[in-house]
Order: sequence, then structure tokens, then C-alpha cells
Amino acid sequence: MIRIDSVTKRYPDGTVAVDRLSLDIPDRAITVLVGPSGCGKTTTLRMINRMVEPSEGSILLDGRDIRQQPVNTLRRSMGYVIQNAGLFQHRTILDNIATVPRLLGWSKQKARDRAAELMARVGLDTSLAKRYPYQLSGGQQQRVGVARALAADPPVLLMDEPFSAVDPVVRKGLQDELLRIQDELGKTIVFVTHDIDEAVKLGTMVAVLRTGGRLAQFAPPAELLSAPADSFVEDFLGADRGIRRLSFFSAGSLELQTAPVVSVDADAATLAARAEAAPYLLVTDSDGRPLGWSEPDGLTAGAVDRDRLLDHGRPFAPATDSLRAALDGAVLSPTGWAVAVDGEGRVVGVVSQQVIGEAIRAAHTRVARDSAVKAAR
Amino acid sequence: MNGFFDLPSDLQYGYLGLVGLHLREGLIPVLAGLLIALPVAQLCVRFRWVYPPVLGLTTVLYSIPSLAFFVVLIDYFGQSETTVMVPLAIYSLVVLVPAIVDGVRSVPQDTLAAARAMGFGPVRRYLQVQLPIAVPAIIAGLRVATVSSLSLVSVGMLIGNQGALGNMLYSATTYNRPALAVNSVLTTAVLGVLADALLVLVRRLLTPWMPPTKGAAR
Ligand SMILES: Nc1ncnc2c1ncn2[C@@H]1O[C@H](COP(=O)(O)OP(=O)(O)OP(=O)(O)O)[C@@H](O)[C@H]1O
Ligand SMILES: [Mg+2]
Repeated sequence: MIRIDSVTKRYPDGTVAVDRLSLDIPDRAITVLVGPSGCGKTTTLRMINRMVEPSEGSILLDGRDIRQQPVNTLRRSMGYVIQNAGLFQHRTILDNIATVPRLLGWSKQKARDRAAELMARVGLDTSLAKRYPYQLSGGQQQRVGVARALAADPPVLLMDEPFSAVDPVVRKGLQDELLRIQDELGKTIVFVTHDIDEAVKLGTMVAVLRTGGRLAQFAPPAELLSAPADSFVEDFLGADRGIRRLSFFSAGSLELQTAPVVSVDADAATLAARAEAAPYLLVTDSDGRPLGWSEPDGLTAGAVDRDRLLDHGRPFAPATDSLRAALDGAVLSPTGWAVAVDGEGRVVGVVSQQVIGEAIRAAHTRVARDSAVKAAR
Repeated sequence: MNGFFDLPSDLQYGYLGLVGLHLREGLIPVLAGLLIALPVAQLCVRFRWVYPPVLGLTTVLYSIPSLAFFVVLIDYFGQSETTVMVPLAIYSLVVLVPAIVDGVRSVPQDTLAAARAMGFGPVRRYLQVQLPIAVPAIIAGLRVATVSSLSLVSVGMLIGNQGALGNMLYSATTYNRPALAVNSVLTTAVLGVLADALLVLVRRLLTPWMPPTKGAAR
């Protein structure tokens, strides 16, 4: 565990960048530092690998003061990723990634083998190995940055706004990739961002800092969204935190209805029976994949006109998606009903906005009860 | 005896001999200048306040005519090649020091921060990161210094046949053979162009990592 113990950083010009900050950063989890520009995120991160020395307080790594080991030994045991990757422009991709292993005295061959292995791990084609950084896209460079930080298999990874210079689509890819890699490797990651959505998506724990380098709140993202400590955190979370919080509730408990679902090759009797069930019917192809909505009157057995069906919106998968995805599906659907599918995209049922709304209220009650129990203990 | 490449015997060298001598007298000072400029430039980068006075000093030295240097240096080294090369080495500093300082300073902050974060000490950082990235700027400086040094060698004729190809200028007047002067000037120019081309080639070989658009700008 990394323990930041009432650390203050005062720069020579008098700026207090971090003010009596205490944080216990858990092992094998992603801890996100988030806050407005200039609130001391980078300073905090750089104090962990001693690129910045605290003015007061101390930082412990597994109970030992980080000042007790040689500074470069400490740094080589912590991967570091920055915005724009900070790659060595004069070295090939492979040699960039092999940097820390080489510093640690690995043979050239071993370091390069390791680097090639990491390229695959972060989703880089090994054909890029001999290229130079200028020949890569921003997203690829950022992947190289991550691979380089992981090369010597350090237990700790420090990441300073690593994905903020790439476009949103690439960023989402990199975030998903990081989560996947973290699932496999279980590093202790300290991740700096000013993007609250990124913080909520990636963080196991999120520390919100306010200007002046003071800690505003340190909590798991769901708790942050449901119980912001004060108005600063609330404002920082933004207007739609209620909606975003739904990301933390599984859609698995939603009660799905199958009666309004009919196949294109349903016979007249089935259609007539189903027409009773709901004002709209969802038509699927013969494999069970959704085609679109229709009023029961518009359907003729054996002669369904696919072009006249209403768009079914984006389906959600109850097994893996959240209530947010379900609600999104319902809001976007012309009928107000969301379509639930299995892993293969086959319809398993439909659910109305009303039912989703009830599920949301139930989830909130559950959380409130849990935290009351926790508080009582 | 009157061919373009036939030289009067008091020049002591044949044509190719003079070319060799010229290269030696022109290039050794640049090399020496580079060896002095590297640590001086590093000092200027480490301690910012050192740079302005160093820059001022090199400029002042550059403004001293070589003849003045010769007058002083002849007392120590006589009428020798060394007397010619010392001022040339000093002149090269005015180009090389700023070139190296700018080159080293042009290394992006992100790159330096990354190097520090990965556990590069100051020496490794200088040798493995800053210097290699400064190579294009250093070679740009070397090109200017080399061409100017090669053309300045000729003044060595003032202290008695130490000007290599420049000595032919003197013979041209003595023997009334203008062709010798033309030969001297042309050969010096060709040497300059060749040395420059060679440096460009070296730069290309040393910096495969540069985007071609940047490299294309000569
Ligand atoms: N070397 C320095 N000398 C003086 N002040 C500094 C120095 N580095 C940072 N600061 C100041 O300390 C404060 C915190 O800076 P820091 O870089 O840690 O912020 P940050 O949260 O990372 O901001 P951003 O989101 O913009 O990157 C700022 O007010 C900044 O101006
Ligand atoms: Mg920052």
C-alpha cells in the first residue's frame, strides 16, 4: 500500500500545491486523483516517485518511507505514463519499451523479447517494433507509453493524464484496454485526470482534490455520485450525476417481459394473442434478433413488411450492462420500451421505462439502507 | 610546368599534398572546438547564468582578427600549423556552443520528465537522451563551423607558407600566374562543399528517427 501521510508541498515561489494531504492508496486497484487544473494532482503523483520532494509529511510504500531507498531504484520500480507519452523520439518503439529493463541491466535480447511481449499485451502490432515514434498515431504512441511503463513489471504504475491528448473514441479504447490489462496484471495504479467521467469509469477509489491541494472527498465512484461530500464535489461531478450513477447498478434484476415479442414467421393466432399483451410488439427475425416495433394492427401473419417497422433503438444486455444502458435504450426507443438481448444479440425480453424507473428507485433504497447499516456499525 | 595543377616548388607540396594539409589545418580545429564546446555547452545548460557571459566571450574572441592571434601565438608555437589552428578552433566556438546549447535545450520537457521518472541519472540522461536528440542541431553547427574553418585556413599564408591552399594565392602574385589563385579558390570551395555534404550524410545516418519533412530542410 502507498500511504500519503499529511503531505504538504510548497514550491520555492510560495505556491502551496498540496496541503496536508493524507491518502491510503490500496494495492492492486486503480486510485484516481481528479480535480480542476492546478489543484496539485501532478505534484502529488510526482511526490510518489520523488520527482518532487514533499515540504512536509511523508510517503510510505508498504510501510517503508520512500526516502529509504536510492531514488533511481525507487523510480525503476514504478512505471510512469504521461500525456503525449513522452517517448524517446530517437529510439525505436521496441527500444523505447525496453528502456527500463535495460537500465536494470537485462541483456539486450531479453529486454527486447520482453518488449515484444508487451507490444502484444497493449494491443500494438509487432510490425511497428522497428518504427520511430513520429511514425505512430497519438493513440499508438500512448499504448507504447503504457507498454514502456509496464516493461520491468513494476508493482506500481503512475499515470498522469495519459489519455487526455487523444480523441474520445481512441480514449475510450485506451480506457477499456487499461481495465483489461489491470484485470490481468493487478497493478497498484495511481491515475491522474481532470475528467470526472474517466475517474468514475476507471477508479476503484476516487480522490477529488480542490484548488489549493486539499482533499475534498476520497470514496469509491458510486459513493461519490450518490453522496458527494459538499457542494464543490457536487458541482465538480456535473449536472447529470444521477444518470451517471446508474452505471453502478446492474440491469440484471430488471423484470423482462416476453409477451410483446413475436417472430416474423409467427402465425395469425399467435399474433392475435400477443396483440392483447401490449400496445406495441417487437418483431424479431427467425433467429430471435430484433427487427423493430410495430402496432399489432400493422402486422399480417406471414407477410410482415420489415421496412415499416419502427427502429428498436440500442438493445442492452442484462447480464453485463447497467441500468444506465437499459434506461438509455428505453429513452431512445420510439415506444418507450428497451430491448434486452443475450450475448449473441438474441432478444430475451423487453422492459418499459416505468419498470426501469421502479428498479432505479429500488436500487437507491438498497444503497441508502446499506450505507445506513455501515454508518450504524 | 605551367599546368593548372603544377605548383611552384617553393610551396613544398604537390597539389594533393596541399589539399591534405588544408583539410588537416581546417578540420582539426573544428574537432578541437567540438571537444571544448560540448562541456562548455553542458555547463551553460545546467547553470543558465553561465550562458550569456560565455556567449559574450566567444563573440569577442571571434571579433579578434587572426593576424592579432598570430602575433601572440608565434611567440609560443613559431610559424607553425598550430599557430594557424588555435584561432580557428577558437572561432568555431562562436557557432558550436550556441548550436549545442539550443540543441540540448530543444529536448521536450515531457521526454526529460519521462527519462527522470524511469530512473535515468543526470549522466545517463545527458548521454543517452539529450545528446542524441541534439545531434541534428550539433551537426547544423558543425556544418557552418567546418565550411568557415576551411576557408579561413588560407590566412595562414601570412605567417610564411602555413596557409595550405592559401599559399597558392601568394605564389600567384609572385610568379604572376593568376591560374594558381583560381585553383586555390576553387579547390577551397570544393573542399567546403564536400565536407558539408559529408556532414549531411552523417546526420542522415545518425538520425533515422527524424521525420523526413524536417530532414529535407537542408
Ligand atoms: N515547479 C513549480 N514551481 C512553482 N509552482 C509550481 C510548480 N509546479 C507546479 N506549480 C504550481 O502548483 C500548483 C499545482 O500544480 P500541479 O501541476 O500539481 O497541478 P495539476 O493538478 O496537475 O494541474 P493540471 O490539471 O493543470 O495538470 C499550480 O498552482 C502550479 O502553478
Ligand atoms: Mg497536471
